[in-house]
Amino acid sequence: MGYQNIFTQIQVTGPGHVVPLPPGDDERIGSGDAHNTLLGKLGNAQIGPFYLGRLGLASLLCGFLAFEIIGLNMWASVNWDPVQFVRQLFWLSLEPPAPEYGLSIPPLDKGGWWLIAGFFLTASILLWWARTYVRARRLGMGTHVAWAFASAIFLYLSLGFFRPILMGSWSEAVPFGIFPHLDWTAALSIRYGNFFYNPFHALSIVFLYGSTLLFAMHGATILAVTRYGGDREIEQIMDRGTASERAALFWRWTMGFNASMESIHRWAWWFAVLTTLTGGIGILLTGTVVDNWYLWAVDHKFAPAYPPTGTVDPLLAQGTAQ
Amino acid sequence: MTPTTFVKASLLAGLPLLLAACEVGPKEIAQSGYRGTGMVQVAQKANLPGPYTIPDEDYRDWEPDRSADAEKAGAFYENVQVLGDLTTDEFNRLMVAITAWVSPEGSVENGGCNYCHNPENMASDEVYTKVVARKMLQMTRAINVNWTGHVKQTGVTCYTCHRGQPVPANYWTVDPSSMARMGITGNRFGQNNPDKMAVVYASLPYDPFTTYLKAADPSERAIRVAGVSAYPVAGAQGATLANTEQTYGLMMHMSDSLGVNCTFCHNTHSFSDWSGSSAQRAVSWYGIRMVRDVNEGYITPLTSVFPANRLGPQGDPFKVNCTTCHAGQNKPLGGIQMIDSFPELARIPAPVIAAAGSSPAG
Repeated sequence: MGYQNIFTQIQVTGPGHVVPLPPGDDERIGSGDAHNTLLGKLGNAQIGPFYLGRLGLASLLCGFLAFEIIGLNMWASVNWDPVQFVRQLFWLSLEPPAPEYGLSIPPLDKGGWWLIAGFFLTASILLWWARTYVRARRLGMGTHVAWAFASAIFLYLSLGFFRPILMGSWSEAVPFGIFPHLDWTAALSIRYGNFFYNPFHALSIVFLYGSTLLFAMHGATILAVTRYGGDREIEQIMDRGTASERAALFWRWTMGFNASMESIHRWAWWFAVLTTLTGGIGILLTGTVVDNWYLWAVDHKFAPAYPPTGTVDPLLAQGTAQ
Repeated sequence: MTPTTFVKASLLAGLPLLLAACEVGPKEIAQSGYRGTGMVQVAQKANLPGPYTIPDEDYRDWEPDRSADAEKAGAFYENVQVLGDLTTDEFNRLMVAITAWVSPEGSVENGGCNYCHNPENMASDEVYTKVVARKMLQMTRAINVNWTGHVKQTGVTCYTCHRGQPVPANYWTVDPSSMARMGITGNRFGQNNPDKMAVVYASLPYDPFTTYLKAADPSERAIRVAGVSAYPVAGAQGATLANTEQTYGLMMHMSDSLGVNCTFCHNTHSFSDWSGSSAQRAVSWYGIRMVRDVNEGYITPLTSVFPANRLGPQGDPFKVNCTTCHAGQNKPLGGIQMIDSFPELARIPAPVIAAAGSSPAG
């Protein structure tokens, strides 16, 4: 009954799977003979071989540069004190330029480092995207992973590149820092009248939470019918066996409808992709098209009305005593 | 029990440790707004402050002679510039009270009358604290008369802030580290510092006081950052996100000073909407302007009077913020009446002050 455990109990080890590569590709790193029992409890025990290639190498280099620029700026901000760097790490930040610089290029210590770090981080991410695309093609796969990744990149670029340009100021972008980026998030919502009332923010949350729900439903369903061969999902797309029938029956009984062995993966892919796609649209509309999402929601009969408390803005209460 | 099962059981049993930062124990919960809006204050019962007493028993029973024909302090004593309209009996009682409020004998070094007075010549202004005290008495009266929008009929006395200490426990000065400068070494750009308690462990800008509480704000709207209409107004420059973080920092200070959360004043579905806010938000609005008036009108003008050890690193005097009076409570000292027995601190006798210069007793 090993397959009933939430951890993988069965580990198949043997000679490494090393798919032949088309001509023109680099050599891979590692033989694929290495196995790790502990990793095998979570996934496949085989480690490697890795494919680095020119895109991977360039991406890692750019990513390393961005990481170093951000880290060194943070370390400098605590006077190069290693103890304080570790202790205060979650508070430290590389901040975007101040509002007065607009979209110009400021001095290095006034946000210039932020621009450079952002450039290299973006380059690294885009190169990594190209790598996921090319590697998939080289393996004769579809490019679904690359397009899903592109959706996440769209949100990243909306926050740090597209929206700041639309707003005419780099200062609108996100700082590089753990707590600082969280405070930035809260400030964005406060400035633009509560993101709770941004319908694209709402859609993004629906797809985000929906993704986790679908993930749990699918994972649980497949594990539950593994004893009937349900883990052979791909075969069962074309040739439904009793595992597939039982899984489908379970969901029809419990909620009246079921996905198929194939479509559940489309459900999951779209939910994940739409999370960041709708989120990015919500960001791009903020400050450009809508200035206060609460007032927008009031206009569109989307915000609930509560009885007024009777409190009056003292600035407007002319003639009253201080 | 196999070793693996034991490990798993231990891990599961250890899960509650993840909640170690949560406060256990009974809470006191008060709903303060319409149901379903989250307008609620949650307080740890064990941390609720007890009833306060003011160390004023010596003079509480001293019912001063307030009769109209009683001799006035301005005529009886020399150099009484502010309290000249008090009867000598009111004046003497107030002096005893101030000593208990600000510089009590025993607990304060050089406490007692001599903290401000030269015992050889009580009228002399040679001790700087006497000059400060005079300004502070003007300030106290101004607060009680001009700022009832904030202090209501509760009022303030010296004790509201001082609490038996010559320098109130909570004050602020301009933080030089938050000022703009060149370079990145040691430069936090005024934010991202867990050691600055003004914004309570947030990474927000940590000197909201210099920004918002130092001087009167001519624009009156700089704290307001939320969009004023659903759609951007053509040509109008709304608040930047940097500006918003400044406001957020000030709000963190206010929340911490009063021991309350955002919903004490705001309905969080729209922080900016006054019609959804509690009455306390308007009280706070006056409080912010009152603090600016206190800092700009009464404390900063004393800069040259204070010795170096009463000035901050930038040479500015110790100024007030919300914590100076509130000290963690939404009503200072639990809201006890401060001026019921000191009505002389809740009036400004303008003619007396105007005449002080020409009076021979002045």
